[in-house]
Amino acid sequence: MTQELRVTNYPQVLTDRPTHYCPGCHHGTAHRLVAEALTDLGLVENTILVGSIGCSVFIYNYLSLDAIESPHGRAPAVATGIKRARPDKIVFTYQGDGDLASIGMAEIMHCANRGENITTIFVNNTVYGMTGGQMAPTTLVGQKTTTSPSGRSQEDTGSAIRMTEIIASLGGVAYAERVAVNTIKNIKKAQKAVRKAFEYQVKGLGFSFVEVLATCPTNWHMTPLAANKRIETEMIPYFPLGTYKDVLAKEEK
Amino acid sequence: MSQPDRIFIKGNEAIARGALAAGAKCFFGYPITPQNDIPEFMSQAIVDAGGQFVQAESEVAAANMLLGAAACGIRSLTSSSSPGISLKQEALSYMAGSEVPGVIVNVSRGGPGLGDIGPSQADYFQSVKGGGHGDYKLLVLAPGTVQEAYDLTIKAFDLAFKYRNPVMILADAIIGQMKEPVVPWTPEHRDPNEGRTWGLVGAKDRAPRLVKSLFLEDGALAGQNLKLQAKYKRMQSEVDQELFLTDDAELIVVAFGSIGRIVKSTVRKLRAQGKKVGLVRPITLFPFPADVLLGLAKQGKRFITIEHNMGQMVEDVRLAIRTVADSDFYAQLPGTLPTPDDFEEPILKALEG
Repeated sequence: MTQELRVTNYPQVLTDRPTHYCPGCHHGTAHRLVAEALTDLGLVENTILVGSIGCSVFIYNYLSLDAIESPHGRAPAVATGIKRARPDKIVFTYQGDGDLASIGMAEIMHCANRGENITTIFVNNTVYGMTGGQMAPTTLVGQKTTTSPSGRSQEDTGSAIRMTEIIASLGGVAYAERVAVNTIKNIKKAQKAVRKAFEYQVKGLGFSFVEVLATCPTNWHMTPLAANKRIETEMIPYFPLGTYKDVLAKEEK
Repeated sequence: MSQPDRIFIKGNEAIARGALAAGAKCFFGYPITPQNDIPEFMSQAIVDAGGQFVQAESEVAAANMLLGAAACGIRSLTSSSSPGISLKQEALSYMAGSEVPGVIVNVSRGGPGLGDIGPSQADYFQSVKGGGHGDYKLLVLAPGTVQEAYDLTIKAFDLAFKYRNPVMILADAIIGQMKEPVVPWTPEHRDPNEGRTWGLVGAKDRAPRLVKSLFLEDGALAGQNLKLQAKYKRMQSEVDQELFLTDDAELIVVAFGSIGRIVKSTVRKLRAQGKKVGLVRPITLFPFPADVLLGLAKQGKRFITIEHNMGQMVEDVRLAIRTVADSDFYAQLPGTLPTPDDFEEPILKALEG
């Protein structure tokens, strides 16, 4: 018999229930970062979560927050409506790459450009996870998916969209950062970024955006460890981490 | 008692003013003819009233903004015209599925496709029969005058919140662009916090609230659909119609909205000639006044349906009276502007037929 020792705790806003995410998936880590930021900043009771379509459609099962489901890609529009109706509430969207960078491209661009005072957590794992691993707008050239079985061809389908760079170029954006959660060091940086994004919303500075590079071991056909490694060797070189916009920083990158 | 002040305004402005009188706090729009007066008016007026105006990036986004604002329990609306309403159908299905109350104004125009910018009633199907995916109903109100456009917009908000369901104002380019005198009024005793039991405000000292239309657990979607159908059945009590000279009529003309109003003039003229014709003008298109029509059919009356389209509401008229009678149909072609004289011949033909 082994004794179970609790070595750490988790924020109360995270629910205690079995996860539906696959082993090695980074959604759980990203959820936790949001939970920690909202808890640390004392925002839990004042926050409205805007979910999206994809594996994270069930995020409301894991975060004890008032929440709404959005049609595919429309979360930034739904969040705009909520924030305009309830300007005193903290509002955030949580979206994957298919949702945000493909079908929802218009909504995210204009929400950011209007400078809606909301936060978007963008989880980029380079595939459509829930539907079974189809090619996404962020799929890397050469990456094999169920709709690019020979690898993504730049000639036919273009190349992976770098969203944080695009978002950072828009006038209404207060903060845009790309992070990863594949190592403890990167998780620490991601934790700070998510917290900062919500802090900027509290300060009313405008749109804040955090892109989280994430694994999808199932659809990448990799072990969780190999998937973590792929973030380092393939994704970060193409999607460089860092701050792309920060209206409070003295020098922008 | 002094005569209330009357204002001389377009139907589009009457709808906007009606929404403000009803307490609307958020408007989400996108330019499209012939409804542009509504967002233009609202861009100033709703802000002056302490509300929010957003010109969205698309009709898709505007409707989803409505979904978000209305989910907070705040009276909100969007307006558009036919091609734009097609784009809003996605969010309307979600609003119906997740029981979110909001008002959608359709100042309809000719189609299909880009059609034209003139009046048409060819959006009856996409308004009354759903339009988006799934088994759902909108409450649909069809004003026949500018005053009625004002009044029904106020009613639309009350119904939306009473049933937690999207409500559509189905007007057309005639109602939207026509100027008439309106007596504005403001409803009394409105509950300013009517969404308190379900609106999203943050989960403070209570369990979280979830506005959703996804029901994956075994039997859950079946339960939700049964719940919605029971609600649509309750909505039948809201049925409303104008009856004009139907008692002794041999022929009933069924027409809605602006066409119903024009046909009324035709009926008056034919009555002066001793012709026994009457009018049923459905004001609610869903719920549809099927029982009223069946009652008239059982009295042995005959029917002609006149619409500004190629034949849409006539299907519901026929369904309503199918056990005892049938209805002729006359199509006023979309994109044309009819006068009362245009309807004389088809009505007389049906009367003699």
